[in-house]
Amino acid sequence: MAAMDPPAEERPSARWALHTEDLTVSYGDRPALWDIDLNIPPGVLAGVIGPNGAGKSTLLKAVLGLVPLSAGHVRLFGRRYREQRQRVGYVPQRSSVDWDFPTTAVDVVTMGLYGQLGWLRWPGRRERDQALRALEEVGMETLADRQISELSGGQQQRVFIARALVQQPDILLLDEPMAGVDATTERSIIEILGRLRDEGRTIILVHHDLQTVQRYFDWLVFLNVRVIAAGPIDSVYTARNLRRAYGGQVALLDEGGRPTEASDDAGAAD
Amino acid sequence: MPALLTDYTLQTVLLGAVLIGVISGVLGSFAVLRRQSLLGDTLSHAALPGVCIGFMVAGARDLGSIMGGALVTAVAAALMTVAITRHTRLKMDAGLAATLSLGFALGVVLLTWIQSRGGAAQAGLDSFLFGQAAATTRADLYPMLGLVGISLLGVVVLWKPLKLMTFDPTFAAVAGLPVHRLEALLTAMIALAVVTGLQMVGVVLMTAMVIAPGAAARQWCGSLLGMVVLSAVLGAVAGAVGGLASALAPGLSTGPLIVLTATLIALISLLVAPHRGLIPQWYRQRRRRQSTSTDRILGTLYELAREHDDWRYRVEQGAVDAYHGMVTEPQLVALAERGLVTPVDHLPDEGPHWQLTEAGVDHAAAREARQRGRRRSRS
Repeated sequence: MAAMDPPAEERPSARWALHTEDLTVSYGDRPALWDIDLNIPPGVLAGVIGPNGAGKSTLLKAVLGLVPLSAGHVRLFGRRYREQRQRVGYVPQRSSVDWDFPTTAVDVVTMGLYGQLGWLRWPGRRERDQALRALEEVGMETLADRQISELSGGQQQRVFIARALVQQPDILLLDEPMAGVDATTERSIIEILGRLRDEGRTIILVHHDLQTVQRYFDWLVFLNVRVIAAGPIDSVYTARNLRRAYGGQVALLDEGGRPTEASDDAGAAD
Repeated sequence: MPALLTDYTLQTVLLGAVLIGVISGVLGSFAVLRRQSLLGDTLSHAALPGVCIGFMVAGARDLGSIMGGALVTAVAAALMTVAITRHTRLKMDAGLAATLSLGFALGVVLLTWIQSRGGAAQAGLDSFLFGQAAATTRADLYPMLGLVGISLLGVVVLWKPLKLMTFDPTFAAVAGLPVHRLEALLTAMIALAVVTGLQMVGVVLMTAMVIAPGAAARQWCGSLLGMVVLSAVLGAVAGAVGGLASALAPGLSTGPLIVLTATLIALISLLVAPHRGLIPQWYRQRRRRQSTSTDRILGTLYELAREHDDWRYRVEQGAVDAYHGMVTEPQLVALAERGLVTPVDHLPDEGPHWQLTEAGVDHAAAREARQRGRRRSRS
C-alpha cells in the first residue's frame, strides 16, 4: 500500500500536528473511544476535557500506540507514531510509577534520552548536560541530584515534564499534569507549557478543571467517548457544548429514535 | 580453619553458594523493584515438576537435564501467569498464586510417583525441596557458572531497557522498547537464577534468596546500579557465611543457613540503614517531636511571663504539665541545659519552679516574631 500513498509531506494530514480518522478503541465490550475525527494544528496549546470515563487518557494512549485500535488511524504530522517517536514527548500521570525507585531527578530526565541513544550506547557527560538543561527549563536544576522519593508531588511532575522536554519534542502529550499539584506549581507548569507553545511546539493536555479552561488553552477538544466539539477555544467553549459533554449519557449514533439530544436537557440541571 | 578452607567439598559448596548469591542478588533486585517478589516464589515452586521430568527423561540424577527440565516448567509457569493476568479478570498476585500451587502440586505428585517406583537411582530427588549442598560436585558447578554468566551478560547488555522498563513500563513502550518481550526475558532470567539454586538451596527456600539481598540493598542505595551491585555482594556474603557455618557445625544443612543469613542481612538493613531504616526514621521523628515540644514549652513560659508582666515570673512545673497535658520535666531540663530557663527555689511546698533567663526571653521573642511573620505571609 505504501507505493500508492503520496509522500508523507504531501498528504493532507501532514498539515496537522495531530490527525485522527474514525479512531475507535474498545475495552472489553464497550467502546472507550468512538469514531474520533480530530485535527489539531501545530503550535497550539490544546486541552482535552470531558467527564470521568470519557476516554481522555485513552485518546493519548491510542495516539502513542499503547492500546490497540479497533478501527481508524492516527497521524502525527502526516506520519504514524512509530515513525515519529523522536518528535513526540509524553508525560504520563504521575501516579503511574513507583516514586520509591532508587534514582535521582537528573537520572530520570536522562532516561528520556534512552530512546535516542539506542540500546547499547550509555549516557555520558553530554546527556547529563542535556538533562540538566531540561531541569532548568522547569525550574528544578537545584534539585537535580535529589532522590526522587524525596521530591514533592509538584516537583515530581516537573521532573516528568523535563524527561519529555529533554528530547526536544515538537508535540508534547500530557496526561493530567495538574492532578495533585498545588496552585503555585500549576501556574508554573502552565507558564512552561505556554512558553513551549510560543516556540512553535504543539501541546496537547488532558485536563479536568473547567474553571481554568479558558485561561489556559487556545484550542479545545470536548470528549465524551465521541468528539463533542473541537476547535479554537472561542468558538468551542460554549454552554451548549459543556452540557453536551457533561450531560449524562451520550449516544454513539445520531440515528432517529435514539435518545441523542436528550442529554442536552438532562445536563442542564448540573 | 585453614584446613577447612582447602577442603575440597567445602570449596565446592562455598563457590556454589557464592554463585547462587550473586545471581539471585542481581536479578532479585529487579523483581523487588517491580514489586514481583511473589514471582520468584512461583518460579521456584513450578520448577519442581521440571526437576522430576528432567530426572525421568535422563533416567538418572543428571544435574544438566534436571536443571533443563526445571527451567522449562518454571518459564512455562511464568508464561501461564502472564496469560492468566492478561486474559482473565484475575490480578497478577492471584495469577501467581494459582500457578504456584498448580506447579507445586504437580511436582509433589511426580515426586511421590517416582519414589513409589523405587530403585536406587531415585535416591535424593526430594533433596531438591530443601536443597542438599553436600551432594554438590565440582562438575555441578559448571552448569551453574554458565547460567550465572549468561544472566549477568544479559543484565549488562540490556541495562538501559531493563532500567527504563522497571521504573516506567509505559514510558518504555512509548520510547519504542518491546516491553512485553523484555518482561518475558527478565522473567526467564529470574527463572535461571532460581534453577541455579535448586540443588543447593531447594525450591522452597530459593524464594527468599531472590528477595532478601535485593530488599536489603535497596535500603542502602540511591541508584539502581549501586543497588544491583550491593545486592550481588550481599547475596555472595550470605552464600559464603551460610556455607562456612554449615561446615563448622556439621549436621546443619547449608541451604537453610544461607537463606537465614540473607534474611538476617535484610532484617538488619530494614532496621538500621541510615535514610530508610526504621530505627533512624523513628529516632529522627522523636527528635523532631521533642524539639518542637521544647520550643512550645519555652513559648508557654514566655506567655505566662508576659501575662504577669514580669520577665522574671516563676512558673510552677505542675502548671506547665497541666497546660501541655504531659510530663514536661525532660524538656525543661533540656531548656535549662541550653541556658534558656533556670530552676528556682520558690514556694518549695508546691514543687519545682522555673524561670526564663535573659537568653530564654530573647529566644522566645525571636520565635514568636518568626511565627507571626509566617502567619502573615500565609494569609
